[in-house]
Amino acid sequence: MPVLKELEEAFLKSKKDKEFQKELAHLQKTYIGRPTPLYFARRLTEHLGGAKIYLKREDLAHTGAHKINNAVGQVLLAKKMGKKRVIAETGAGQHGVATATGAALKGLECEIYMGTEDIKRQALNVFRMRLLGAKVTEVPTGSRTLKDAINEALRDWTTNIRTTHYVLGTVFGPHPFPVMVRDFQSVIGREARRQILDAEGRLPDYLIACVGGGSNAMGLFYEFLSENVKMIGVEAGGKGIETGEHAARFAGGSIGVFQGCKSYLLQDDDGNVLGTHSVSAGLDYASIGPEHPFLRDRGRVQYTYATDDAALSAFELLSRIEGITPALESAHALAEIVKLAPELSKEEIIIINLSGRGDKDVQHVARIKGIEL
Amino acid sequence: MTSRIEKTFKRLKKEGKKAFIPYVMAGDPSLERTKEIVLLFEECGADIVELGVPFSDPLADGPTIQRASERALKNGVTLRKVISLVSEIRRGEKDLRQKTQIPLVLMTYFNPVFKYGIDNFIKDAKDAGVDGMIVPDLPPDEAEDFIQQSRKAAIDTIFLLAPTSTEDRIKKVAKASSGFIYYVSITGITGASLLLDGSMEELILKIRKYTDRPIAVGFGVSTPVEASAVAKVSDGVIVGSAIVKRLHETPDELKYYLISLREAIK
Repeated sequence: MPVLKELEEAFLKSKKDKEFQKELAHLQKTYIGRPTPLYFARRLTEHLGGAKIYLKREDLAHTGAHKINNAVGQVLLAKKMGKKRVIAETGAGQHGVATATGAALKGLECEIYMGTEDIKRQALNVFRMRLLGAKVTEVPTGSRTLKDAINEALRDWTTNIRTTHYVLGTVFGPHPFPVMVRDFQSVIGREARRQILDAEGRLPDYLIACVGGGSNAMGLFYEFLSENVKMIGVEAGGKGIETGEHAARFAGGSIGVFQGCKSYLLQDDDGNVLGTHSVSAGLDYASIGPEHPFLRDRGRVQYTYATDDAALSAFELLSRIEGITPALESAHALAEIVKLAPELSKEEIIIINLSGRGDKDVQHVARIKGIEL
Repeated sequence: MTSRIEKTFKRLKKEGKKAFIPYVMAGDPSLERTKEIVLLFEECGADIVELGVPFSDPLADGPTIQRASERALKNGVTLRKVISLVSEIRRGEKDLRQKTQIPLVLMTYFNPVFKYGIDNFIKDAKDAGVDGMIVPDLPPDEAEDFIQQSRKAAIDTIFLLAPTSTEDRIKKVAKASSGFIYYVSITGITGASLLLDGSMEELILKIRKYTDRPIAVGFGVSTPVEASAVAKVSDGVIVGSAIVKRLHETPDELKYYLISLREAIK
């Protein structure tokens, strides 16, 4: 895989390249709007009556989610490698928007692959990507969702390998993607550590994040792995594990090899990948970044899931009680907080990664509630 | 021990001929029909047959084979059933007229093999009479166990090279491959269009510097003219998408098409 070697070399070089790091830091500050705030959610804390809850506000990053951290990093790298074109997959549309944004910023040609089902669910983001100058290509094959968009992006990449860089959106796929994406996202945890030390003078007791591919979770967790901090990753429980309609890879999957890496996978007895379900398109994926099973098997991170219903109710709760509408993905992590915080003492501290804003989901939630807008 | 695939290439070389390697997706439109197609391939002069195993996420395949894969999955076709099919073809279990010893190569993605268990898969494939395997999403770097066990079972492992492959890659793939090397004529997926210029010959000559294994070319060969041009610079021609398309859309023309390919590959 010469192209993966080339990418790994460019990535490792960029880590030592002072000019690259300077440009990245500058863009993080002036373009993405970092550092994002660490907000003490006083009303939510009081409402749940237990641990102190801090929100790491990735929803306030440019384009409205943590995805931009990785997209800008990889677009800079693509430019360094002399690529003229970037491609990406997208489910909910957040990573597509982030990549299209990065491409506009750096003047690169951009094409985004998106499943037919997701195009229907996320019409707003499709239009946003087109506004940003990207070509959005529909993927009508397979289950017509995120995994099929990744397949199609990989097909494009193998075809246009000389001119194109594939901006994979999460800590998944072949090496070096899981490491590289984690590296670009770990700014979240580095900031959170500094911010909680400023606010509380000590590290938190818990970190909580939702896990689709797992990039926002890795981004928050990585900085704290060697500290005495408990960590929980929350998968999409969909309509419940027993219904088979979910995306809880740990609860319902087994080890498989898929799209360039070995990890937990929702698959049938013959090794075909199963369809998944989640109310949030960003968690609706059959596998999980390979570092998560590694952390789970070492007992370092605990994984659980939240159902569609629990996520929807957390989505409404945070909107009402803090005036912050979270992305449905992040609402899964919040659902876990709703369960966990009341069981903890008032001295304990939780940081949750509020990975994205919920504007993109408003229409979808209205539809679920039977409200016509 | 010389495998059936190696013997085929040796014989062809002696006769000054090139291998014709047609592909069919097992179970599209049905496993019964696939048996007939394999026999038709043989009747039309195929030297080796490539048998596709359907998979939910066929990453290396273009739209034609993707759709064939979806149809086969809908028919309930699995890796296990494809292995049974091979066994039936080898032994004429259901119908003695449906029996052939033509070399058969399975093209399957890795996850079904992994789920089956590499040991069990190779044992069952061997017992059934499979001669070789192509696993497009298994790079040789990750295939040590798979290669070792296949060697023990005398099943050939066929790895892929592409126009972008570096010298290191060529050496690695040459070492990992037996039977033949699959040269992917284009950067991209199956069924894309082929560019016929001098670059293919140049790259094949580059590969020949590092190995004397036969080199068969696939991905993008669709017309007899293309097949003829590819045959001139390689040891064999693999035709997949174009056959799958005819089988699905204009099955009456398939036999004539196969014969014209056979005549073109010299």
